[in-house]
Amino acid sequence: MEVEAATLLGKYIGAGLAAIAMGGAGIGIGQVVGSYLSGALRNPAAAKEQTAMLFMGIAFAEAMGIFGFLIAMLLMFAV
Amino acid sequence: MAVSEQPEAEGGLSIHPMEQFEIAPLFGGGELGLLTITNSTMWMALMLAAVSALLILGMRGRALVPTRVQSIAEILYGFVREMVTDVLGEEGVKVFPYIFTLFIFILFSNLLGLIPYSFAVTSHIAITGVMAGLVFCTVIVLGFVKNGIGFLKMFWLGDAPLALRPVLAMIEVISFFVRPLSHSIRLAGNIMAGHAVLKVFAAFVPALSIFGIVPMALMVAITGLEVLVACVQAYIFAILTCIYLKDALQPAHH
Repeated sequence: MEVEAATLLGKYIGAGLAAIAMGGAGIGIGQVVGSYLSGALRNPAAAKEQTAMLFMGIAFAEAMGIFGFLIAMLLMFAV
Repeated sequence: MAVSEQPEAEGGLSIHPMEQFEIAPLFGGGELGLLTITNSTMWMALMLAAVSALLILGMRGRALVPTRVQSIAEILYGFVREMVTDVLGEEGVKVFPYIFTLFIFILFSNLLGLIPYSFAVTSHIAITGVMAGLVFCTVIVLGFVKNGIGFLKMFWLGDAPLALRPVLAMIEVISFFVRPLSHSIRLAGNIMAGHAVLKVFAAFVPALSIFGIVPMALMVAITGLEVLVACVQAYIFAILTCIYLKDALQPAHH
């Protein structure tokens, strides 16, 4: 019983810690979009062609956070 | 996913955000087999019906001045085609049907999944994993067919200093093999997280009685955000497919 309770506790603490990764993803996405915006305001004519790059950058920055989310999900429901 | 492990919350507030992703057989109970018709199957069939209605019935008139439905179909087609030719150039038209299929499948499953009481097909890694794995296999097969053994030059960066090249090659190989993982989990994770958030907020509404209007208003706003996420994720999946296929079709420009 003791071991089971400790496992449950560890699971939830681990899932919470893994959620910190999403914060990193948030910082990354903010950085990407902020840089895009400052560049786009300096040169609005060139901004439109770079929207694909913007979404790509967001996707790559987000991937790391999603990995953390996946770990949290695995801890909650699979382990 | 197993929901039974979740502890019961006290005070009448019971939140089961993952319950909505459970796969259940549609007709009767029983075991889940390989060919069992499940709710996932049903929503995929509905998605197929919606896509067919838009793209086949909508385009049936082939009018010079399009009707509303026909112009939606034309906008979708033109949007994806422009995206493919932007990234892959004119020879990318050969892989356009594949990317258009992926885009339309993901877009419609995401949007259908936003209907209350519906089932989000793309929230399952089993579905997105198959799509991302097929993209990964397509890149490898196309790359070796088109470039032969020269496809491996993708990992050996010619313009880097010689001493650095083995290290860079290792990083490139690792990032190449992580691609299907991040490609699939990005889509499934985004859709799953969005629906789970909606479910959590939905549980607050009856618990707060009259003040439940606050989470209710928030839910409306989040639903709007989810519509945006549904479209953006379909776009990201499709454009990443284009970029990965670019490695196979034009490795020199890597």
